[in-house]
This record gives sequence, C-alpha cells and structure tokens, in this order.
Amino acid sequence: MGLEFLQLSLAPLLIGVLAAVACALPGNFLVLRRQALIGDAISHVVLPGIIAAFLLTGTVSAWPMMIGAAGAAVISVALIELVRRLGRVEPGAAMGLVFTTMFAGGVLLLEQSDTSGVHLDVEHALYGNLESLIWIDAEGWGSLLDTGALAGLPPQVARLAIVLAGLVAFLWLFWRPLAISTFDPGFAQSVGIRNGPLGFALVTATAVAAVAAFDAVGSIIVIAMFVCPPAAARLMTNRLGRQVAWSVGFAVVSAVLGYVLAGYGPLWLGAANSVSAAGMIATVSGLILAAACVLGPQRKRTGEAAA
Amino acid sequence: MQWSDFLAALTFQAGYNSALVALGALLLGLAAGGTGTFVFLRKRALVSDAVSHATLPGVGLAFLLMVALGGEGRWLPGLILGSALSAALGLVLVQAMVSRTRLSEDAAIGAVLSVFFGLGIVLLTVIQTMASGRQAGLESFLLGSTAGMLRSEAVTIAVAAAVAALLLFAFRRPMTLVAFDPGYAAARGTAVNRVDLGIMGLALIVTVIGLKVVGLILIVAMLIIPPVIARFWTDRVDAMVLIAAAVGGVSGWVGTAISASAADMPTGPIIVLVAFGLFVLSLLLSPARGVLASALRYRRFQERVHRRQGLLAMARAEPIHDRLTLRVLRRAGLIRADGVATEAGRAAVAAAALDEARWAHVRRTDPGDPVLERYDGLTALDDLLTRDQLSDIDRAMPGPGIA
Repeated sequence: MGLEFLQLSLAPLLIGVLAAVACALPGNFLVLRRQALIGDAISHVVLPGIIAAFLLTGTVSAWPMMIGAAGAAVISVALIELVRRLGRVEPGAAMGLVFTTMFAGGVLLLEQSDTSGVHLDVEHALYGNLESLIWIDAEGWGSLLDTGALAGLPPQVARLAIVLAGLVAFLWLFWRPLAISTFDPGFAQSVGIRNGPLGFALVTATAVAAVAAFDAVGSIIVIAMFVCPPAAARLMTNRLGRQVAWSVGFAVVSAVLGYVLAGYGPLWLGAANSVSAAGMIATVSGLILAAACVLGPQRKRTGEAAA
Repeated sequence: MQWSDFLAALTFQAGYNSALVALGALLLGLAAGGTGTFVFLRKRALVSDAVSHATLPGVGLAFLLMVALGGEGRWLPGLILGSALSAALGLVLVQAMVSRTRLSEDAAIGAVLSVFFGLGIVLLTVIQTMASGRQAGLESFLLGSTAGMLRSEAVTIAVAAAVAALLLFAFRRPMTLVAFDPGYAAARGTAVNRVDLGIMGLALIVTVIGLKVVGLILIVAMLIIPPVIARFWTDRVDAMVLIAAAVGGVSGWVGTAISASAADMPTGPIIVLVAFGLFVLSLLLSPARGVLASALRYRRFQERVHRRQGLLAMARAEPIHDRLTLRVLRRAGLIRADGVATEAGRAAVAAAALDEARWAHVRRTDPGDPVLERYDGLTALDDLLTRDQLSDIDRAMPGPGIA
C-alpha cells in the first residue's frame, strides 16, 4: 500500500487538492459578484490558446502553452466587452457568443493542424489526465525528504503550489477592498477603491488559476471548483471569512473523496477499471452543493425564514 | 476544399445521405434560431448552456440501460430520450436552486453545467471499459459529427427538427407576448411561468436534436448567435424570430456543406464559425445599430457642428484656424481655397447669423417658449416655426439682425 500510494496516488491527489483550492478561492468572489460563469467562459477559451501556442512553438511544453492560454483568456474578456459595447448585446449572450466561437476556432485549428505526433486532443483538454501524473521516483516515505526524488514529482505540483501561493497573497493583500467592492461597489467607490482595476485583477487571478489548473486536471474540474464549493459555502454562513474557509474545506473534500471514489470505488463494486477522476471530483462537489442546498443553515435569502 | 464538392453539397447533390444531413442541419438551425430568439429576449441565453451540458449523463445512462436490456446501445432515439430527461432534470435543478436558495442564477448554471458534465464523463469512462462500449463513439456527442452518420439517424434529426419548428410556430403568440412584456402578459392572465418553461422546453428539444450534429458544447451557440444577429436588423419580435431562424438555417446548411466538402472540417465548429461570420458582418453593416452606421452618423454630426460654428465665426469676422472646419466649408463651396467666402458662403453666413439672432431674441423676450427646448446650436428656427411666427420675431427684433 505505502509505496504504491506514494508512486501512483500521492501526486494526483496533491494536484487535485491544489487545483481545487486554487479555483475555489477566487470562485468565492465570483459567486458573490454574480460572475460565476466567467470561469466557464475562460476554461472554454483556453483550448484555442494552447493550440495556437503549440502551432507557434511546435512543441508541447508547459510555459508557452500557459502563456497562450492566459493570452486567450485575456482576449476573450476583451472580446466580450467589445461585443457588449459595440453591439449593445446583453452580457450573457455576449459571453456565450464569444466563448463558443473561440472554442469552435480551437477545435478547427486542432483538426486542421498536424498534431498526430503529440498528445493533444479535445478530450484531454476537457477532462484532463489526473491519473497519469504519477511520481515514479518515489521509493518509500523517505523520498519525501529526498530532493533528488522530489525533483521527479510531476511539474504541475510545483506550478500549482506557486499559483496557489500567489492567489493567497493576492487575496490577503486586497481582502478589504475586494470585500467592500464585492458587497457594495457604490460605497467602495466613495471611499476611493477603484472597482474597475480591482475587478480586472480578480478576473486575471481567475484566469491564472484556470490556466494552471487546466493543464493538470482539465476544464471540468476547473468550472466545477470555481462554482460548487463557494456556492455550497455561501449556504453555510453569512461571514465572508468563514465562507472562504468552508469553500476551501469543501474543495479539499471533493478532490480527495472524488479521487478515491474514482480510483477505488469501481473496485469495491467489483468492476475492474477505474473511472475518470476529474469527472468524479466534479460529481462529489455537486453532491456537497446539493446537500448544502437542502441542509445549509443559511440557504435562504435574507428575510425568508429558514424552514 | 473543392468548389465543385462544396456546390454539390450546397445544392443537396452530394449523395442521399449528405443531402439528408444538410437538410437536417438546416431545419435544426431554423428551429434553434427561432427558439433562441425567445431565450435571448428572456435573457436566459446561458441557461441553455447548463441544459446542453446536462444532456451528457442522460446519453451515458440511456446507453448503459439499452445495453443492459440486451439492445443496441447506439440507437439514436433512445439516446435522445435519455439526454432529454437528464437535461430536463438539470433545468429543474437550476430553477429550484434559484427559487429555493439564495444562490443567483449564474452560480446555479455553473454548478449544474459542471456537475452534470462531470458525471457524464464518469459514465463515459465506464462505457469505454465495456466490451460493447468501445465502438460506441459517444464522444461524438461532445463535438458533433455528421461523418458516417446513419441514414436512420439523419432522418430522425430532420423529422425532430421539423417538429420543433412546428411547435415554435404553434406557440409563437404567447411566447412573443411574454418575451416582449412579461408584466403585461401576467396582467392579461397568461401563465408567464408556464410559458417560460415552454420556451426552455423548446430549447431543450433543439439541444438534444443538435447533439449529434453540433455537439453539446457548441449547440448553445446555435441558440445564442442567430438572435444576436437578428437583433441588429430589426426592432420587432416577429421579424426577429424570422431573421434568427433564417440565419440559423443558413449557418446549419452552409456549415454542413463546407464540412462535407473538405477534410478535417468538423461540422459543429464550422457551423458555429459560419454563424459568427454572419455576426461580424451584422455588427459592421447593420443600418441602425452597426459600427459603420454609427461611425457615419457621428461623422455627419461632427460636420454639421463644424459648418455651423464656422459660419458663425465668419459672421463675427473671426479667422478660422480649425482644419476640419475649413475643409467642411470648402467642400460645401462656402469658402474659396484662400478662405474668402463665396457668394453662397455669404448667404449662408447671413442666414446663420439671422437664425442665431432670432434664437437670442426669443430667449430674451420669451424664456418660457417651448421652442427653446429644441435649441441645440444646430437646428434652425426656420425648421421649427411657421413663416408667420418668424416674421413676428423679425419685426420685434431691434436691428435688422444681419451683421
């Protein structure tokens, strides 16, 4: 159990948890600001970004692809604004128009270009390949202290850890202005908080989280983690700090339980193969949200009696 | 891409199956564009995104069930039925979350979309490990694929899309009423909730029919883009439905034709990109709301302001330095190249000065006159008052008014 767990399960679990938390953190503010679908839009447009980066550089390497993905995310946000302003189109429709078009462009690019030699396909982009991120250098629990073995960890671990640290720092630094501008933009403006740049910074943080997590776990988990844990947490408490804490807890539980259920659940049921961990993590987060919808102490709107 | 192949596909000459597929996509686009108009007007474009992603677990479960019953898992009507049931569940859950909890609609949409999709992927991985599932090709529901579509499937899609278009036609009146003015509809006794549910139900039908052609990730574009395009060209609901349906139909038809006539052209993305091309054209060219039209309007307004201000400056014998003003006056033949007023120019200067003096007189003697509301520095009093009123003003004015 020990060695097998270290080699096969530790890294995916770690990556799953890091990705889930990195998405859930900014997700709290997106849910409160009614921008939950920005995460959805961004994770769709990441596809053309990484494909364009691949076509330009000709290699499947992490950094160009992440830059391409982030670039596509920024372009999509700008395009949504452009369509909304120039065409006076309702924001939801503008968003739907832009992200489906960019996704369609990504799929077309993928089909048209010769990517047969590399592992780059739409399914991979959608539900990632968490199970393949193994730590083959591990030789026992002692490897956790061995720098040589640690260097063999999938690079996603370090990347996600850095992104998560950056997100925590961002939220810690801008906690008060973010909270004020989220709950009362008018008041925020009157005390000199600049809502526009702050909102853009939040969207950028979201895009960074989405791109880093996308590379490791695919876009389903990304969308699910932006929305489900924060939404469930929102039904648990009225305090922002506690909501963020709840959402982190829910994200961790979803990632761990989802991974375990996907890997071992079918074996318990007598089936031979495991199922998609990404899908299962999203499913578990949905079950948590469903439970919170039925049982959460603060599930009602203010003014309605909690039944 | 071969032009002859493209033309053949466009004219339904590329074989019986391709013709059926093209017809199916055309009908699908018609139904989607028309339905999408109502979805768009109710501002629920993204709810249909949740609905379309929620179809996936239904597809998987229907496949598993049909295999368990000893049947052929790929039977399209069965898969469509399964996807419709799970999509309906997703729709109900979005509604329930919005009405029963404090969560807003966007969070509910995001949650249903991602969780149902995740569950669907879990089921797909289960199916892939089954002996009968390896060839199922259920992944084609993600992005759609018309290549290798069975004749029976093409017929199913064409018939279902035609039925959806008929339903749309039958219920157009209550839907128009609710989309245009829900308050008035409620006051007249229309059950707004039920009509809303009907609109989303139609969107659901279009979605499940479109799964095989466009795929569940992009089908929402068929509901969103045509109405956005139609909104550029009309302010009337009935015309908007027709235009959106036509745009949807054309996108589906041309998209399948392009996809059929070249290699590596996936149907769904091509249809979406054709629709997007039409959107860009509309954004630029629409006479009332287009970018070019509003740029022209701005330009014309700017020229009127410069012409008027230039004439008034000439009336006060002030030199004009602004280049645009000089150009406008010169092009209108009011001044010569050296800046001296022409015959017509002197007349225009006099007219502008007289008009300005009349305005000033009215402002001084009768500040409550409603005509003053129309003063914008550009409109001449000649255009607003009768000849009698003008001569009254001229008689009451102290001087001759002409500089």
